[in-house]
Amino acid sequence: MSDEEETQPTDEQKIEIAKWFLLNAPAGEIQYIAKDMKAVLQDETLYITAAAEAFPLYNKSHMICLDFPDRSGEVMVTPFSEIGENEYLDPRTAQVAIVDHVNQVCRRARPANDEELPTPYIEEYRYALDIEVTKYVSEAYPKGICSVHCVNGKDVEEPGMDFELVVVISAARLSPQNFCNGSWRSIWNVEFKDEAQLVEVRGTLQVGAHYFEEGNVQLDAKHECKDSTMFTVILEMLYLSPEDSAHSVTTIIRHHETEYLNSLQTSYSKLPDATFKDLRRKLPVTRTLFPWHNTSQFSLRKDIQKNLGLEKKK
Amino acid sequence: MEAAMGLMRRIPPKHSEAALSALLSLLPHHSADLLSQVDQPLQVLCDVDSGKEFILCEYNRDADSYRSPWSNKYHPPLDDGLYPSQELRKLEMEANDVFTVYCDQYYEGGTSSVYIWENEDEDGSRTADGRRGYLEEGSWEAIHVIEVVPLDEATARYCLTSSVMLSLTTNDESSGAFNLSGSIRRQMNMDIPVDEGHLCNMGRMVEEMESKLRYSLDQVYFGKTKEMICTLRPPSELVQTSLPEQINK
Repeated sequence: MSDEEETQPTDEQKIEIAKWFLLNAPAGEIQYIAKDMKAVLQDETLYITAAAEAFPLYNKSHMICLDFPDRSGEVMVTPFSEIGENEYLDPRTAQVAIVDHVNQVCRRARPANDEELPTPYIEEYRYALDIEVTKYVSEAYPKGICSVHCVNGKDVEEPGMDFELVVVISAARLSPQNFCNGSWRSIWNVEFKDEAQLVEVRGTLQVGAHYFEEGNVQLDAKHECKDSTMFTVILEMLYLSPEDSAHSVTTIIRHHETEYLNSLQTSYSKLPDATFKDLRRKLPVTRTLFPWHNTSQFSLRKDIQKNLGLEKKK
Repeated sequence: MEAAMGLMRRIPPKHSEAALSALLSLLPHHSADLLSQVDQPLQVLCDVDSGKEFILCEYNRDADSYRSPWSNKYHPPLDDGLYPSQELRKLEMEANDVFTVYCDQYYEGGTSSVYIWENEDEDGSRTADGRRGYLEEGSWEAIHVIEVVPLDEATARYCLTSSVMLSLTTNDESSGAFNLSGSIRRQMNMDIPVDEGHLCNMGRMVEEMESKLRYSLDQVYFGKTKEMICTLRPPSELVQTSLPEQINK
C-alpha cells in the first residue's frame, strides 16, 4: 500500500496552512493551536511569519480584550478600534494601546490625539450609547465586555450630517480544564441618517462553543438582523437627544439578542426530537435489540415481506 | 504527531477534511498514522456489478482504488490489490448482508459496508465497518474497527475502536446559520466465547457502542455546548423583550 511521493509544499504554502489553522482556532484556543502548529511545522521562521499575519486577524475577529499596562482600563481589539498598525483606541479613557498580537498583550499606552477622537458632538452620542450598552451588558452577560466606536463621521460637529456608531459586545467563557470553551460576539451598526430622520440598527451575532473531552464537538452559529426604527419628531427642528437615542438603540439590541438566544435554545431542543431521531433510531422498530444470532431468519422474513409487499411488523 | 492530533481536536469539525489534507502535506512521513487515526467524512461509490453502494475508507483502499464488499473488485480496477483470504471473504460477505439489515433497522436507510482483513503482524483479523446515514440537514457517520485475537479455542478477544462523526445544520431566516458538528471516539474490549460466531459477538459490541455513542453525543456533547451558551448569556425572563413601536419624547 504505497502512496505516491507527495511533493513537499513550498514555504508559502506552509505559511498559508499555518495561518489557516491559527485563524480557525476556536475562542481562547489560539495559543494551544500555536504550540501544536510550531511542532508540526518544525520551522521557527515560517511559523513566525504565519503568526505575524494570522494573529492580528484572529484577535480582531474575536474582539479580544486587553488590559492597559497600568491597569487604567481595558481596550478591545476590533476592526473598529484600530487606528494604526497595532494601535487600538479605547474611547472611554481616550488612550491608544500599542498591542503585541502574537503574545496577545498590550505593550504600552499613550493618550489619544485630538484627531483620533470624535468631536464633542459625536462624543455625546457615543458616550450616551456607551453608558446604556454597558448597563445592558452588565445585566445580560455575567462576563461581557463592550465598547462603542464611531466609524463614520467622527468629525461631524453639528446636526445635519450622517454618522455611524458601532457597538461591539463580546463575552467568552474559557474553561480549558473542563475541555469546554465558548464565545458570544455581537456587532451592532447604528447609522444616524439625518435626512431620512432614521436610525438604522443592523446586527451580526456570532456564537461558538467547543467541547473536546475525548472528542471534538463544536457549535458555530451566526445571525444577521436588521431593524429600522423611525423616530418621530415632535417639534420640527428638534432631534432626539443622545440619551433617548441611546436608550432606544439599546432596547433594540437587547430585544434582538434575547430573541436570538431563544431561537438557539429552540434549535437545541429540536435536535434530539427531530433530526437526531431521523438519523439513527434509539432502537429498531421492533423495539428490541438486533437479533444477531437469528439474522438469517430475520432477513428471510424481511425478504418475504418485501416480495409480498407487506408492512413491517411493529 | 501528537501536535497534529491536538490540532485536529480543535479545528472545527466541518473543516476536518481540509485540516487533514493540510497535515498530510506537512507531515508526509506520518501519513499512515494520520489516515488511520483521523476520521474523515465517508464517501460512497457505486459497485459496478451489483449496483449497490459501498463506503470508501482507509480499510478498503489500496493505492487510489477501493474494494467493493459486494463484488470484491477494486474500483477503479487494480492489478495486484490486496484481497482477504477465502475464509475471511466468506465472513465478510455474511457480515455485509447482516449489517445491511442492521443498518436498515436502525437507520431506515443509509449505507453500510464491512471490510475484513488479516493483520500481518499478529495472528488475528481486523474488521472495519463503516456506516453512513444521511439526512438533508445532517449526517451520521460511524466507523468501527474491531481487532479480533483468538485467545484459545473457545474464546477470542475483541478490541473495538469506534468513531462517530455527526453533523447537524440548519439555516433559516429567523435563526440564521446554526451548525453543530462533532466527532467522538471510544474504545471497548471484551473477551467473548466464540460459539455463536464472530459475527454475532462483533455485531453486539457494535450495537452497544453505537447506542452509547448516540446517547453520549446527545446528552453530553450537545448538552455541554448548550450549557456553555447559557452560561455566556443566561436567558432572562425578567428582561423586557417587547419592542416599542415608536419612541415619543
